[in-house]
Amino acid sequence: MEIRADQTNKTPFTSLQMRNVCKRFPGVLANCEVDFDVVSGEVHALLGENGAGKSTLMKVLYGMYKLDDGEIILNGQPVTIQNPTVAINHGIGMIHQHFMLVPTLTVAENVALGLPSSKGPLTDLDVVSERIVQLASTYNLKIDPSALIWQLSVGQQQRVEIIKALYRGASLLLLDEPTAVLTPQEVDELFLIMRQMTSDGYGLGFISHKLHEVVEISDRITVLRNGRKIGTQLTSAVTKQTLANWMVGREITFITSNDKMDQGEVRIDMQAVSCPSQRGTEGLRHIDLQIHSGEIVGLAGVSGNGQLELAEVVTGLRPIKEGRVLLDGEDITGLIPGQVTEKGLSYVPEERMKDGMIRDFNISENLILREHHKWPFSKKGFLRIPYINEHTDKLVEQFRIKTPSRMTLAKNLSGGNIQKVLLARELSRSPRAIVAAQPTRGLDIGASEYVHEQLLEQRKLGTAILLISEDLDEIMALADRIAVIYEGQIMDVLPRLTATKEDLGLLMAGVHPGETIQN
Amino acid sequence: MIKDLFTATVIIGIISSGIRLATPYLYAAIGEMFGQRSGVLNLGVEGQMLLGAFVAYFVVLRTESLLLAILAAIGVGALMGLAMGFVTIQLQATQGIAGIGFYLFGMGMSNLLFQKLIGVVENIDGFSAIKIPLLGDIPVIGEIFFRQNLLVYLAFLLVPLAWFVLNKTTLGLKIRAVGENPEAADSLGVNVALVRYFTVTLGGILSSIAGASLSVALLNVFQQNMTAGQGFIAVALVYFGSWRPFGILAGALLFSMVNALQLWIQVLGIPIPSELAVMLPYILTILVLTLSLTKGKGPSALTKAFEREG
Ligand SMILES: Nc1ncnc2c1ncn2[C@@H]1O[C@H](COP(=O)(O)OP(=O)(O)O)[C@@H](O)[C@H]1O
Ligand SMILES: [Mg+2]
Repeated sequence: MEIRADQTNKTPFTSLQMRNVCKRFPGVLANCEVDFDVVSGEVHALLGENGAGKSTLMKVLYGMYKLDDGEIILNGQPVTIQNPTVAINHGIGMIHQHFMLVPTLTVAENVALGLPSSKGPLTDLDVVSERIVQLASTYNLKIDPSALIWQLSVGQQQRVEIIKALYRGASLLLLDEPTAVLTPQEVDELFLIMRQMTSDGYGLGFISHKLHEVVEISDRITVLRNGRKIGTQLTSAVTKQTLANWMVGREITFITSNDKMDQGEVRIDMQAVSCPSQRGTEGLRHIDLQIHSGEIVGLAGVSGNGQLELAEVVTGLRPIKEGRVLLDGEDITGLIPGQVTEKGLSYVPEERMKDGMIRDFNISENLILREHHKWPFSKKGFLRIPYINEHTDKLVEQFRIKTPSRMTLAKNLSGGNIQKVLLARELSRSPRAIVAAQPTRGLDIGASEYVHEQLLEQRKLGTAILLISEDLDEIMALADRIAVIYEGQIMDVLPRLTATKEDLGLLMAGVHPGETIQN
Repeated sequence: MIKDLFTATVIIGIISSGIRLATPYLYAAIGEMFGQRSGVLNLGVEGQMLLGAFVAYFVVLRTESLLLAILAAIGVGALMGLAMGFVTIQLQATQGIAGIGFYLFGMGMSNLLFQKLIGVVENIDGFSAIKIPLLGDIPVIGEIFFRQNLLVYLAFLLVPLAWFVLNKTTLGLKIRAVGENPEAADSLGVNVALVRYFTVTLGGILSSIAGASLSVALLNVFQQNMTAGQGFIAVALVYFGSWRPFGILAGALLFSMVNALQLWIQVLGIPIPSELAVMLPYILTILVLTLSLTKGKGPSALTKAFEREG
């Protein structure tokens, strides 16, 4: 089946209804009797925690998943959408949570992919490029059709995705967590584009798990929880508190670390640290950063600006080219990870399943990964199983890990419980300092709350904490000071109490507030 | 004795046979490149070459028709390619292991058929050199480039053609996209499996022709295991050439020239142990691959099966 590139012969979008949609995966009911509808000219937000079934619902609509039950009615007509091609031909476009772009191809090639060409078997990239420029100027997007995707920033890549959908004549656009990867300024720009689109008659489905964004941009809100629809409301008629309670299913409180702490000595001291990145280019450039005992320093930044390198440099996972790292005044530069661990540094890595745990080890084994070779876990090379079991049971209880038994394999735990096992291992050893990278990514509100409590608890005990997060709200809630990293450099370090989101956003984009922005 | 190598006749001879010897490398490696650009690694090239070599030889032996021989090679190559596609795309078997299986199958099958159907080594009349009018009369150049057989000319034409298909057609765009990000291609309605079937079948056909070029154009004879690792070198050439037709051309010429040199060393009786001379191309393979490892990465989805979820 061919995709029609020409939007003129598509019927204009008026309304979409999804009724009673059910979608099962092995062992999971991802969507159950969900109703969702969008009319022309509105933003209808789909709000819910991670795993609530938002992406699934949109993928059903886009033909990526077959629906098990229910119906889809487009412009008053029942339709069956077996695959994305059918969806595209119905004028449905989707911006995926993980971009669907080919990094080694140009913008124009990505847009042209899969479409018939005006030159038969030959590509017509010149024609495509012209049309891209036209579309882009309608929405004030700056896009160079001949640029390679991998050279573009994440925000620009997202625009390519939007152009791709518009080019195919989409009049109903589904955006799956489009703001997750953007700086606050980029989010504002995206919202501008979205507003212009709705005033042009487009219908937009907007997915997010961030309350304030949903409230800012949408006309109506539907909340999903555990695959079920909890309710639909006009945005103007609902409060944030209601929405939050709908999402979580109970009363929640927003945690912040308002209590002022007496800061102690400098614990982690990075002095002019530089190191190459994954690709061999410059990764970190002359990083100077101090973290005191009893202090949480938040490291904010758009992903890929050196956060991973910084975490790995401190934990000894990545060699340092220049500069020094001190822990309580003692030089730990060049020590291997095991030695850094011995000095009392704990690490909660971003890729918890890959770098933090062994999938096919059970909870007990994962809990002793760091210290299994030492008393009291082993004696003369033999593991002391009774003690280890006792230790496991104690931590399972203390950290409220939900598991059938201590023999359960890590890979069979839910995301939240995996993170609890990891925290249990890293925090129970009374560390002097902790590097926590994206400690709540992918967790639901309940588990995130728990992680936050634990970090604040450690702060009270006098531990120095480096909290790396792409979630500004998380950093604003927990950190005492906020460092912003951009292209491997610390742009600035601001005290939390005086930092504003706007300033942080500018810093994250590499601009010092007050500087004039030049294009 | 070494100085015998540096006479005009010998140098022309080396280059001219180098060009000829590049033929099987070009067919096989260009075919393999298409597969890999779409994400399928085919290690069965050697087996496909052997079967192609046998079938073409057998058809010439029985019918004396070169056209039928090539058509038969194309048919067998297509079948081998489709089979590889079925196993790796449909059944999603690990590509590397499946390829080794097809290599062993092709080698065993060609041996078996040879023993059952022919048994003794017989020479045949294969493709003969065609002198291109005018161009073929240019001194030196004419001798080197324009007095070759048809399969040699076609092999060299294949290089720009492959470049054109890959970079200037919608099919080429699909192939490149599928090899880099099949999920993205799929979300735009590109039939990932179909594209891969196409490239793997094309690869089978070209490998088979590569084998035929040995048995009915270069050597005019079939021997058991006559490809002697050229199929594997072809796979290596794809890496060496960074998955680009002209890079592959450069690699193929480098190897075939070294090969020609080593043949001439033996012909002229230069006192270098012949075993050492024969090893030259293989040593070169290892060296070149070690050195080219630092160069760009291949297609991101290479060796990765694709299945739409849900
Ligand atoms: N392809 C899949 N196979 C199996 N389970 C899946 C698949 N996709 C999603 N799920 C499960 O369905 C549930 C809903 O997932 P998803 O729709 O991605 O949630 P959300 O987008 O709201 O975070 C989760 O429990 C998830 O693990
Ligand atoms: Mg999702």
